[in-house]
Formats: sequence, C-alpha cells, structure tokens
Amino acid sequence: MNGAMPTNQVSPSAQLSIRNVTKVFAGKKGWFDQLTRKTKADFTAIQDISLEIEPNTFVSIIGPSGCGKSTLLGMIAGLMSITDGEIVLNAQPITGPGPDRGMVFQNYALMPWMTVEENIRFAVETVHPQLSAKAMSRVIKENIQLVGLTGAEQKHPHELSGGMRQRVGIARALAINPQILLMDEPFGALDALTRGFLQDEIERIWEQQRKTVIMITHSIEEALLLSDRIVMMTRGPAARVDEILEVPFPRPRNRETIDQHPAYHALKAEMESHLFRETRAVEAARIQRAE
Amino acid sequence: MTLSNTATGAIAKSKRNAPLINENVQAVGLFLISLIVFLLFWEIGARFGLFSQGMPTASKTLQEFCWWTTHPFFNNGPNDLGIGWNLLISLRRVAIGYILASLIAVPLGVLMGISPVAYKAFNPYVQLLKPVSPLAWLPLGLYVLRDSEQTGIFIILISSIWPTLINTAFGVANVDKDYLDVANVLGASRWRTIFKVIIPAALPNIVSGLRISMGISWLVIVAAEMLLGTGLGYFIWNEWNNLYIPNILVAIFIIGLVGLLLDSVFAALEKFVAFGRNS
Repeated sequence: MNGAMPTNQVSPSAQLSIRNVTKVFAGKKGWFDQLTRKTKADFTAIQDISLEIEPNTFVSIIGPSGCGKSTLLGMIAGLMSITDGEIVLNAQPITGPGPDRGMVFQNYALMPWMTVEENIRFAVETVHPQLSAKAMSRVIKENIQLVGLTGAEQKHPHELSGGMRQRVGIARALAINPQILLMDEPFGALDALTRGFLQDEIERIWEQQRKTVIMITHSIEEALLLSDRIVMMTRGPAARVDEILEVPFPRPRNRETIDQHPAYHALKAEMESHLFRETRAVEAARIQRAE
Repeated sequence: MTLSNTATGAIAKSKRNAPLINENVQAVGLFLISLIVFLLFWEIGARFGLFSQGMPTASKTLQEFCWWTTHPFFNNGPNDLGIGWNLLISLRRVAIGYILASLIAVPLGVLMGISPVAYKAFNPYVQLLKPVSPLAWLPLGLYVLRDSEQTGIFIILISSIWPTLINTAFGVANVDKDYLDVANVLGASRWRTIFKVIIPAALPNIVSGLRISMGISWLVIVAAEMLLGTGLGYFIWNEWNNLYIPNILVAIFIIGLVGLLLDSVFAALEKFVAFGRNS
C-alpha cells in the first residue's frame, strides 16, 4: 500500500495522519474594520488536505512559494491552529506543540546569547527536566558529536558559519529525541556547497536513526536525494496535494551516483514540469493582478 | 570638468585606502589644534577684557582645577566642602533614585511588553508623565516628603524611569518570533519562556534604556541640587552666589567627565549583551 496516499481512509500503520485539514486565516470584517475601511477577506491557505505518513519514512513537501507548505508544517508542529479537519499523531489528535516533534528552522533560530552547548541544553532541560546532570551532559555531548561540532561547544552562534549554525539547529531538534523531525526549508539560507555538505550529513544521520522526517524544500535534487516520498502541492490559495511520488532509490544514497538510477531522470522531469506549471500559474495570476 | 571629476575621484579613493591609523592620528591632531586655539582665544580674550568683567582666564581656571582635584576631600561645613564629597553626594542620590527607578521600570516594562492589555492600560500614564520637566516635580516632592534628600531621590526616580520602561516594553514586545517558536515547540512553560528567552532576547533594548535613563539622572541631579542642600549642583549654585566663576567652570568640567565615564560603562555593557546583534 502506498504509504503517503491522499486518502480519506485511515491507514492503520500510519504514525501521522493528516485528515481533511483546511486552514483559513480569518480576515477583518468587524464593524470597526468596516468603519475604517480596512476590511480583509478570509484567506484559505490550504484546503482539505489528507496525508498518511508511516513511521521511519522521510517525506518531502515541495510546491510553489506561498502554497501553504509552511502553514501545514506549522499546524503539525502545533504552532498554528487547524481550522477544519484534524492531525493525528500516534492516535492522539494534535492540539498544540509537544516534545514528540522536533523542529529545525530555516533561519536556525538559535538563541544568540547562548553558546552551542547552552542552546542544546535549553531544549533538553525543557523537555526532560528530570534528567540527572550527568545524563543531560551526555545527551548534549552525543548530539554535538552527531552533527560534527565537537570543539565548538563554547562558541556563540555569531561566531559560527551558517552551515555550523544549522548543525546546531539540527542537534537541538534531535537532542530531545522526538518521534518526528520537522524541517522548514532547513538549507534554504545556505550556499550551494554548504547545502550539499549538510544534505549528506542529514542522509548519514537518517541512516543511523531512521526517524520520521517531514521536510519542506524548494529543491528538486534535495528532495530526490533525501526522501522516500515526495508530496507535491498545488499553488495557493486553497492549496491541495497534487501528487505523491515514491522515490525508489536504495539507501544509503550518494549524491554522485544517485542520478545513475534508471528512475532518476523521469522523476526529476515530472517534478520539474509540476513545479514549472504551478509557478507559471502563480506568476500569471500575479501579473494579472498588477495590471 | 572631466578632469576635476577624476581628481575628486582620486582623492576619495586615496582616502578610502588610507589605513585607519591615519584617520585617528588626523582626528587627534585636529582635536589638539582646536583645543589650543580655543584655550588661546580664551586666555587672550580674558586678559584683554574682551568678555564680560570678571571672566577668569584659562590659566586661572586650570590652576583652580588642579587645586580642587588634588584637594577633593575637605569639610569646612556645607558651604565649603571638597569637590570629592560633593561628587559622592550627587552620585549617591543618583544611584539610589536610579536603582529604584530601574527596579520599577524593568518589571513593569516586561509586563507591558508581554501583555497588550497592560500596554494599552498603562501607556497613557507613560505618555502623559514622560514629557514633564523633572523640576516641575520639585515643589511637590518638597511638600509631600518634607525632606530635601528624599526629594532629590524622588526627582531622579520620576525622571529616569521612562526611557527604561519604554525600551524594555519595546524590546519585550518585539522579541524575534523564531525564539518564541523554539520555546513553544519545546513546550517551555510561561515563566521559563520569560526568563530564559524573552528577557535575554530583549536585554540589548533594556540596557539601551538603562543607558539613556542614567544619562537623564545625571542631567537632572545637578539641576535639582541647585535648590537642595549639597552636591555638585549646590556647589555650582554656591559659587554663583560667591560670584567665583573659575570654580563653576571646574564643576562643569567634572560633571561632564563623570557623565562620560558613566555612559561608557553602559556602552561597554551594551556591547557585552549584544552577542553579535546590532542594537
């Protein structure tokens, strides 16, 4: 069975079920807004999305900008309310944020006043306050080692490069040992070379831990390198899931040999045509509005 | 035309390429030259009676400055007190009033920054009282407190509370949403978020507020003390009554110097809490 089919039937093996989820950002329609002529219509960001995600799979979400990818991730993280439908994690509906989900942010979101070690400690201490000092230090050390930052523990974020900062972000998310790792365009702010290094790191770490990952990305190559399934969304407003691609490449994967797989170019072409079609429509709508 | 353009271009370029040390040396040179010109103008002007009668010469003022700074601590009663004692009295009043003001302003600012309701409720007080001149509080303070010492402290408090309060509220209200999301995703409690995330994140703004408040305290104390009993402000007032201008100039110089020192302490503190952020 297709592990991430857009379906209304609940898959029994799914770890995360997104069921008919809709997000509407409420506009301004009160009497005061009408008086000041600042009314704003409701905005439907995503409409009736259903998605089943099975454990230990790496899922990428790709789509034109402004299609509500981040909104969907925000709702899974519990940072945004769900207008309609529900998201169920391990048979429990999500009502708010929780330590079963770790989040990696696009612009790292490290606390500038904390060292690398303190940033990770803040997360571990918040989620597992009962840990002994010794166990806490061990968890922190292990995760710093995991992302290859041993030796930089006492540095502050402003002393690190973008790539190193995101390594801290990844270590912080993993240190609380979440069931699902959520990544919101984690490498979007990095240069191409650093981006490649970090993708390889993520691939290596994923092979070790096999956590469920949901990653938002703009990059076709990145999605193909890392994911088991790729969810392609249509343009917003009222974005839907357009198509879900299975990525059959064997693991562990290698960026240099991955394009030799017979399915690689067909998958890439399909994603490109989808993205181009959707982005072209977004641009056309924008130009029309400008006129 | 073209020629002059390339010429100015070349000058700008050579200026840009000049090492930093040259610029600093130039600045020090210009400072010293302007200082010498100023002192000479003052000395000659005073000697030849270009200014009003009784205006002291630069050398006389300098001589007084050396005397006062080498004899800072003597005590022949309130009207003949060493400048060191007067300075300490002023600093003590500033310290008490300023610390009390900060102890009120920071927590209240945090509350106003976190809660939009508290912000809207208390902002009218801030906006109304902030523009009131510190000296307007003086009669009220004297009447209510019936004590010049306490009145001085009260005036420092009431005038130095606003910048810290406003900056703290601003900093707390504008904490980067990403930091709050991090705390939220982890499920951090409200208090943990406030103490571990919001306050450290707003610290550069809080310290900027404290720095402005300190500057205002130092401005206000001298004015307030002219109407109170002791301190640097009273020293100036006393010398005005004695009509001895050199000592007034000495006091002005010392007030400026101490203000500069206080400000640089806070400038260093600002740098210390910035961690690579520009504040």
